Amino acid sequence: MRRALLIAVPYLWLLALFLVPFLIVLKISLSDTALAIPPYLPTLDFTEGWAGIWGFLQELDFENFTFLTQDELYWRAYLSSVQIALISTVLTLLVGYPIAYGMASAPEHWRATLMMLVILPFWTSFLIRVYSWMGILSNEGLLNQLLQGLGLIDQPLIILNTNTAVYIGIVYTYLPFMILPIYAALEKMDAALLEAAEDLGCSRLTAFWLVTVPLSRQGIIAGCFLVFIPALGEFVIPSLLGGSGTLMIGKVLWEEFFNNRDWPVASAVAVILLLILIIPIILFQRNEQKQREREG
Amino acid sequence: MRRFTWFNATSLTLGFVFLYLPMVILVIYSFNASKLVTVWAGFSTRWYGELLGNQAFLDAAWVTLKVAVASSTLATVLGTMAAYVLVRSGRFAGRTLFSGMIYAPLVMPEVITGLSLLLLFIGIGLDRGVLTIILAHTTFAMCYVSVVVSSRLVSFDRSLEEAALDLGCTPFTAFRLVTLPIIAPAVVSGWLLAFTLSLDDLVIASFTAGPSATTLPIKIFSAVRLGVSPEINALSTLMIAIVTVGVITASLISKRASLAQQRDAQAAARAQ
Repeated sequence: MRRALLIAVPYLWLLALFLVPFLIVLKISLSDTALAIPPYLPTLDFTEGWAGIWGFLQELDFENFTFLTQDELYWRAYLSSVQIALISTVLTLLVGYPIAYGMASAPEHWRATLMMLVILPFWTSFLIRVYSWMGILSNEGLLNQLLQGLGLIDQPLIILNTNTAVYIGIVYTYLPFMILPIYAALEKMDAALLEAAEDLGCSRLTAFWLVTVPLSRQGIIAGCFLVFIPALGEFVIPSLLGGSGTLMIGKVLWEEFFNNRDWPVASAVAVILLLILIIPIILFQRNEQKQREREG
Repeated sequence: MRRFTWFNATSLTLGFVFLYLPMVILVIYSFNASKLVTVWAGFSTRWYGELLGNQAFLDAAWVTLKVAVASSTLATVLGTMAAYVLVRSGRFAGRTLFSGMIYAPLVMPEVITGLSLLLLFIGIGLDRGVLTIILAHTTFAMCYVSVVVSSRLVSFDRSLEEAALDLGCTPFTAFRLVTLPIIAPAVVSGWLLAFTLSLDDLVIASFTAGPSATTLPIKIFSAVRLGVSPEINALSTLMIAIVTVGVITASLISKRASLAQQRDAQAAARAQ
């Protein structure tokens, strides 16, 4: 009895506030836009019994999804979201790997402090971390002041409100997600393997490519997914650092809902975004499971 | 990995400069006397004064705090229950769906979570306000809590619980006297995580907040959309300071608690 109650409370909570809302999105994505409250048709009417439910089901269709494939804006938004997320993931890897490598090579009594230093920004407000770049990257911002002061450039670089600023924002905010799994993989590595490779005639760089990188593969894969998955649906970074030319699907969904008040189309956009995300999520789960099996 | 080279030192230095410099600049410029945020015009605490006089910000901060305390506490209770179910309850009908619902919100884009909850609240005719934000934050934060707590539950020695049951404890008393003290550090860090997630959240709160309840992130977002402002710099500095002090205190406390627990375990081992 107690056990049933223990299971039921969190179960019902998640059913009511996670699964049901998601089914509502699915349902509205199949409805039609209407000038009504709520602004979509049909609405389900249980008072008519099965006939009402059947009539309701018959009115659902894939019109919104057809609309999404026809309007070029949505295609381009999905493609450019994937592209921006991919480029940022690679950049985050390039910035994060040397840091994780440095942490794993550091003397052991430093490591706890270094870990703390990587995690600390993660506890600070995401919004504030994104915002902190606005003052640096703007046309009269500190970066341009510095570069002009040094005489390196005459005209200010236009970075804020471009995709470059979005890349910087994503790398900056998601860097801890990349560093931690790579560090975890590198820390477990046996230093004797590198020595062996060098004794057998590898240069340090070759030893790095042939020994270190393959041994940290699991960490690299985990880090890349942990950056790519949230970056794909990102809203705050493109809307604060990106410009009018920055197309990301999270922003499109937001505008469709709040500015155009087109709920069915916003719901359809959400459903497709999830379908795109399912692939990397499954791959990520598989990678984690493989690692657990190897360790277990 | 024993050799610490100049290359390692450089990449660590550059890495941490990259991670911390933007925030340091933000803090410095919050003490700037000028309204122009990129021109330094001398030291002043003027913006902190204006911030304290800004009723809209104070109201938003109060709403945010209420939401964060309520939702993180609820999320900790529900998340700990969920973790216990996942780790201890064995098989039951719908277990796969349950664990799916625990892990899915962790990877769900915030825009989708927010949209779906808003559509639910409208569907059942619940007026949007503080309550709806609390419900929304509890739902996604409880999943994070249950992940943190279940990793602790997996690693602990079940025979301790069984011993308590053999000695005549009811399951609930055994949980209160044995399990809870052992998983307490994870429960506390789960609560802290839920609290910061709630303080931090812009997207889900924007969807689920009505016009009557504005949280601090919503207020900050609408202000910074128009550009950098010294008042926001001052506010950010305050938030960074609170978080830094909080995290350092929490980590010191948990370090002390784990040392004490180690001592107890060693003493128990010796007593045997």
